[in-house]
Amino acid sequence: MQAEAVFFWIFATILVGSALAVIVARNPVHSVLFLILAFVSAAGLFLVLGAEFLAMILVVVYVGAVAVLFLFIVMLLDIDFARLRQGFVQYLPQGALIALVVGAELVYVMGGFAASPKAALPATPSGTLSNTAALGAVLYTRYFYFFQAAGLILLTAMIGAIVITLHHKAGVKRQNVAAQNARTPESSVEVRKAPSRAGI
Amino acid sequence: MDLSAYLSLAAILFTIGVAGIILNHKNIIIILMSIELILLSVNINLVAFSSFRADLTGQAFALFILTVAAAEAAIGLAILVAYYRNRGSIAVEDINSLKG
Repeated sequence: MQAEAVFFWIFATILVGSALAVIVARNPVHSVLFLILAFVSAAGLFLVLGAEFLAMILVVVYVGAVAVLFLFIVMLLDIDFARLRQGFVQYLPQGALIALVVGAELVYVMGGFAASPKAALPATPSGTLSNTAALGAVLYTRYFYFFQAAGLILLTAMIGAIVITLHHKAGVKRQNVAAQNARTPESSVEVRKAPSRAGI
Repeated sequence: MDLSAYLSLAAILFTIGVAGIILNHKNIIIILMSIELILLSVNINLVAFSSFRADLTGQAFALFILTVAAAEAAIGLAILVAYYRNRGSIAVEDINSLKG
């Protein structure tokens, strides 16, 4: 058996097993940890396919950012997860049936799919260009506007997340820089004539 | 390995994600994780096609899907935090204020 096939089966088994564990784990923290395992094994599959840049991005973005964000939220919110789990067993037959039908259909369709033999070339053309350089050459030329749009989406998400979660507590004094800068001597200083021995 | 093995794997992963949404229909955090699994299966499809057809377009679009998935997770979890702050619960069945 080829090394590629061996690694495919190793990563595929871990991926499917950890994906199943994500949806059946009792503790959401375990779900997040299995999600991380699924992402890492998917990155391994990408490496087998020759997409090194995406594999690294998957580890950095998904494991480093998204999964950690999930972990933060699960630990931050004090939630009664036992209550949220009610109905799991009740919906198990329906869910399993739907999953089985959808999965069987998809595998039936996809299982017979094969690439044209003349298209079976390595992903990196002529071997001189690394996968990252080749992807960059495509991304910054043909898909430049899509790339910019992706950046805009990330900016929107960042601003949206900040605006949604930011909240000002009432009764806390804050510095208002604009009001401070707009002060003039006329509005702040008052000259009074103080009579002797009387004060103001 | 041939292309159909990767496509079948992605199909199985997609199915697991759909089943996760159905089974954990009360826990919105697990639902978001299932959506991440579904997006991951789509990415595997795109990368497999890209690799077997020697066309980098698939990998470029997998990168865009990754971007959208990250944005979606950030916004979804932010909404979750804001909702929990207002209501003290994130059970899906409690989220019915917009019902007519």
